[in-house]
Amino acid sequence: MEHIELFLKSIFIDNMVFATFLGMCSYLAVSKKVSTAVGLGAAVIFVLTITVPLNWLLDQYILQPGALSWLGEEYAAYDLSFLSFILFIATIATMVQLVEIVVEKFLPSLYNSLGIFLPLIAVNCAILGGSLFMQSREIPTLGLSTVYGIGSGIGFFLAILTIAAIREKIRYSNVPPALRGLGITFIITGLMAIGFMSFGGMLTGDDEEAKEEKTAQVNTVIKNTNKELANNTKVNE
Amino acid sequence: MGLLSKKDAALIKDPLFDNNPVTIQVLGICSALAITAELEASIVMAIAVLFVLGIGNVLISLMRNIIPSKIRIIVQLVVVATLVIIVDLVLKAYAYELSKTLSVFVGLIITNCIIMGRFEAFALANSPWQSFLDGIGNAAGYGIILVMVGFFRELLGAGTLLGIPVLGDPIEKTGLYALGYENNGFMLLAPMALITLGIIIWAQRSRNKALIED
Repeated sequence: MEHIELFLKSIFIDNMVFATFLGMCSYLAVSKKVSTAVGLGAAVIFVLTITVPLNWLLDQYILQPGALSWLGEEYAAYDLSFLSFILFIATIATMVQLVEIVVEKFLPSLYNSLGIFLPLIAVNCAILGGSLFMQSREIPTLGLSTVYGIGSGIGFFLAILTIAAIREKIRYSNVPPALRGLGITFIITGLMAIGFMSFGGMLTGDDEEAKEEKTAQVNTVIKNTNKELANNTKVNE
Repeated sequence: MGLLSKKDAALIKDPLFDNNPVTIQVLGICSALAITAELEASIVMAIAVLFVLGIGNVLISLMRNIIPSKIRIIVQLVVVATLVIIVDLVLKAYAYELSKTLSVFVGLIITNCIIMGRFEAFALANSPWQSFLDGIGNAAGYGIILVMVGFFRELLGAGTLLGIPVLGDPIEKTGLYALGYENNGFMLLAPMALITLGIIIWAQRSRNKALIED
């Protein structure tokens, strides 16, 4: 249940592109045609599924404060978390290279369709962002982090596929000249992000923090209305 | 510009408007938009990128003759990652609250396409001083857009600038609020960053017709 919840959450609610703006560069650059968008989207799913669990292991057994205790008592005091950026990006760059070599060797047809996108991905913010969010959200198990990687990848895939389809169609529309290309793409993405916000209420079942925040908001609104009412009665008197 | 030759001055001036990295070259949008809900965070982010890009460009330029071209991406990533770690640690030490707001987005400076883009396109082929100017110029161009988006979002969304209320008090109904003005809380949500940036691009391209696409 936990897994399905995290899966849906990472696709729709915390969508890489629409909620956190990660992978924007490639999202904008490679979304002119649906076929290339599919290629990049698939490559992102692929790489995220591998790197997020890998970086989870790295985080759990090397980087976190006290993570080195499996080496022996004297290492328990080390806190290497300041190295996480450099180690994560190194893992990602190496994995991308490795995946590229393996795919080229064993799956030439897949390589032909994904190949050119793989090097691009090493510096895609969505990939590093996936690992950093995994770390900052403290995802507890290896299974969950894999699910998170797949889900985030699918979220990115969904986003780039839809915008590519829209951009193919919008070429026939009469967009104001100054908005053509980049401008209208930004605005459409904004509107799509608003649409995706409506998924926000999907999984609020046991989200205590969100609930508390909401109650706090409602309370302030009530307070304000009360204040206004009091002011109004004063004026009336 | 007594200090700088005309060519050097152009390195700084061009990326500010006519060849802006964000609105024209479409680079570095990834790590930027999410933190522009407040002006303060935008300014800090702009300064962080200025530091990383300025120093990083110089470092790469100094090493440009000894980096084998096959492993240059890894070398570049290591340089950026080191500088970003410095920024992150400084922020955590002196501005802890702010580093919480920026959260993972400080780390994401590493994959900010502007930085890798400038390393690849400029620092690998030019002298350190020119690379420094180019880095400062591009980071400033990025910063201008960030501060602009942050300014409008905070002003229209919360009625404050840098956390100081400038439009009066929404609860006590003073200042503009006395005239019936309301804050547009929607501006603080993520999608409005995109739409604000879209409108900035629109305004820029209507003024300079040469930038229009197609």
